[in-house]
Amino acid sequence: MQAIENNARHALPRTVLEIDVANHPGVLSHIAGLFARRGYNVEGVMCLPVGDGRNSRIWLQVHEDQRLAQMTRQLEKLEDVAAVRLHPGDHAVFAQLEGFFQPRHALPSCRAQESLAGFRDGARL
Amino acid sequence: MTSTFTGAQITVRLLERQGVRIVTGYPGGAILPIYDALGQSTAIRHVLARHEQGAGFIAQGMARVSGEVAVCLASSGPSATNLLTAITDAKMDSIPLVAITGQVSTSLIGTDAFQEVDTYGLSIPITKHNFLVSSTEALLDIIPRAFAIAASGRPGPVLIDIPKDVQSRAIAVPHWPEPGRRAQPAPADGAALAEAASLIAAAQRPLLYLGGGVVHAGAAQAAVALAEKASLPTVMTLMALGAMPVDHPLSLGMLGQHGAPCTNFALDECDLLIAVGARFDDRATGKVAAFCPQAKIIHIDIDPAELDKIKTAHVGIVADVGEALARLQPLVPAALRTSWVERIGALKAAHPQRLPGLDDPRAHYGLIRAVAACVDDDAIVVTDVGQHQMWTAQAYPLRRPRQWLTSGGLGTMGFGVPAAIGAALAAPERTVVCFTGDGSILMNLQELVTAAEQRVNLKIVLMDNAALGLVHQQQTLFYGERLFASQFQVQPDFVAVARALGIAAIDLDGAADPHAALATAFSRPGPCLIHAGIDVAQKVYPMVAPGDANRDMIGA
Repeated sequence: MQAIENNARHALPRTVLEIDVANHPGVLSHIAGLFARRGYNVEGVMCLPVGDGRNSRIWLQVHEDQRLAQMTRQLEKLEDVAAVRLHPGDHAVFAQLEGFFQPRHALPSCRAQESLAGFRDGARL
Repeated sequence: MTSTFTGAQITVRLLERQGVRIVTGYPGGAILPIYDALGQSTAIRHVLARHEQGAGFIAQGMARVSGEVAVCLASSGPSATNLLTAITDAKMDSIPLVAITGQVSTSLIGTDAFQEVDTYGLSIPITKHNFLVSSTEALLDIIPRAFAIAASGRPGPVLIDIPKDVQSRAIAVPHWPEPGRRAQPAPADGAALAEAASLIAAAQRPLLYLGGGVVHAGAAQAAVALAEKASLPTVMTLMALGAMPVDHPLSLGMLGQHGAPCTNFALDECDLLIAVGARFDDRATGKVAAFCPQAKIIHIDIDPAELDKIKTAHVGIVADVGEALARLQPLVPAALRTSWVERIGALKAAHPQRLPGLDDPRAHYGLIRAVAACVDDDAIVVTDVGQHQMWTAQAYPLRRPRQWLTSGGLGTMGFGVPAAIGAALAAPERTVVCFTGDGSILMNLQELVTAAEQRVNLKIVLMDNAALGLVHQQQTLFYGERLFASQFQVQPDFVAVARALGIAAIDLDGAADPHAALATAFSRPGPCLIHAGIDVAQKVYPMVAPGDANRDMIGA
C-alpha cells in the first residue's frame, strides 16, 4: 500500500517554492511543521541566510498536488514569511545539487570527492 | 538620566501600556521575576487560577466577552504544557490571547534542566505566532508585536517564552515603544463586491451563512442589516449564535450536525450561499459534496487561506467582514423575495427544531428555558462541551453577539467554568450562566475555588446524567448500543463538592418548585452551582452522522 502511494506521488509533477523568511532559530521548524502537520510531503529543503543575515531564503521541492494553492496561502500567513514564489520543478537550485545526492555506493569514493569539489566550484560561478 | 529596568519590569510596564488591567495565571520558578514585578504593579490585577489550563480559559473568557487581547501567565515545563490546550482552543476559535511563559535561563536551555521543556517548539502548531525571547532588549519589540499579531487580521493566540535570565537582566530604556494595536486590514476589492451584489440581486433562493468571524469583527449589525434589506434568510454556525437574534423573522438558527431540520433543508435548496466569517467546518457542512449542492458561493473572510479551502467560491473577498458588509449593503438592491421567504416559512412550519419538554424545568430543554427566564439578554451564556452544549445552542434564546461563549473548533471539555469566570471578570455588571455537564465540570473542577475567591456572579447549571452524553449517544446509535466507558459508576455529590470548594449550591431535583429554586439562586449575587439530574436516554436530535450529508438527519 505504501509502495503504491509512493508511486502515485512520484507520478505527480514537482514544483519548487522559494520562501523569504525572517532568520531566527525557529523558522525552519515553522515551515517544516506546517507541511508535516498538513500531511504534505516535502522532497527537498535548502536554507541559507541572505544579505546581512536578518533574513533567510528557504527553497522547498514538493510534489504539485491540488492542495498546493492552500499550502501556499498557509505559508503566506506565517508571521516569519515575507514572500512565497513558485518555480518549475526543474529549477536549478535543486537540479544543480543532484550530484551531492547520489547513493554512496554508486560513487567511487575518490572520484566522488573530486567530482563534488568540481561541482561546487562550478556552482559558485 | 535613563532609568534601568529588568526584563520583568519591562514586561509588566509594556502590559500596562497595552491597557491590560487583569491578567490570570499561575506562578512557578521560571516566571518568578515577572511575578515579582507584577506584584508591584498598581494598574494590573492578577487573578490566580488553580491550574494553568484554568488560567488559559479564564483569559479566553475575558477575550471572548471584550473582544480585546487577554493575557495569561505560566511558568516553564509542566506549567507551560498545562496551558497548551487552552491556547489550542483559542487558535481554533480565533480568540486573541497573549500567553507569557517563563523558561529556564538561556545558559540552561538544551540541557534537560529542571522544568525545562521546548515550549517554543510545542506551541508552533497551536499559536498564530510565538517567540522565544533571546535578550532583554528584544522584549521592547516582541511584546507590542505580540499584541498586534494577536489582534490583527484573523485574531489568535501568541505565546512569548521568556528565559529567567532575560527577565532578571536590567537594561536602560531610553524610550518606550508604542503599544501594539490591530492593523487596519486592506479594504475589500470593489469589483468583487460589485460582483457579489449582482449575484445576490440575481439569486432566487439566497442564504446568508454567518460564522464566528462576524462576531469577532463586530459585524453582526451589518450582517442583519444586509439580510433585512435583501430578504436573506440567515443561518449561523455554533460560533456565530447571537449574531442575529434567534427570534428574528429571517433567522434559521444553527446549521449543521445538530442544526434544525428546516435549516439544513433550506441549505439544500438555496441557489446562492453568502458565507461571511465562516470556514465551512465539517460539523457545519456535513458531507461537503452534498452541502448546498445547487448554490453559487460568495465567501467573505479576513483570512485568505479560508477561501477555496473546503468549497471553491464563485466570488471570494478577503476583507474585514464588517467593512465588506457595510460596503456591500448599498450595492445590493432591496428585495422582498416573497416566494423564497414563504418557502422558508413553510420549511420552518413543517420541519422545526423539536424541543420536547420545553415547559418542564426538570427536562433538559425546559431547564435551559427556565434558566433563560431568570435573566435577560444582558446575561452571558457559557457552555462546556457535550450534549448540554448542543441543547443550549438549540434552545437558549440568544439575541446578541458576544452573549454566547462556547468551545467550537476544539470542543474542549473543561472550557466552561474557567471561561465563565473570565467572562464575569471582564463584565462584572453582567450575570454569567455556565451550562455544563458532569463529565465536563470534572475537567476543571478546581476553578470553582477561583470562582469563590473572585466572588464572580456566576451561576453554573450542571446537567448531570452520570454519563458522557455524546459518547453514550454515539455508542447507542452507531456502535450497536455497546456502551463502554461512557457511564460513570461512581458520581460525586456535586452539591457537597461545590460547597466544599467554597461556592453555594442547590439541588434542583430535590426542590419542590424548581422555578422558585432557580429564581432564588439567581437572586443571590456570587457564584452558585445548580445541580439538575438529566435522563441519560435523552439524545441531541437531530443528528447528522459523521460523514453523512446534512439532509440525512437522525431524529428529524
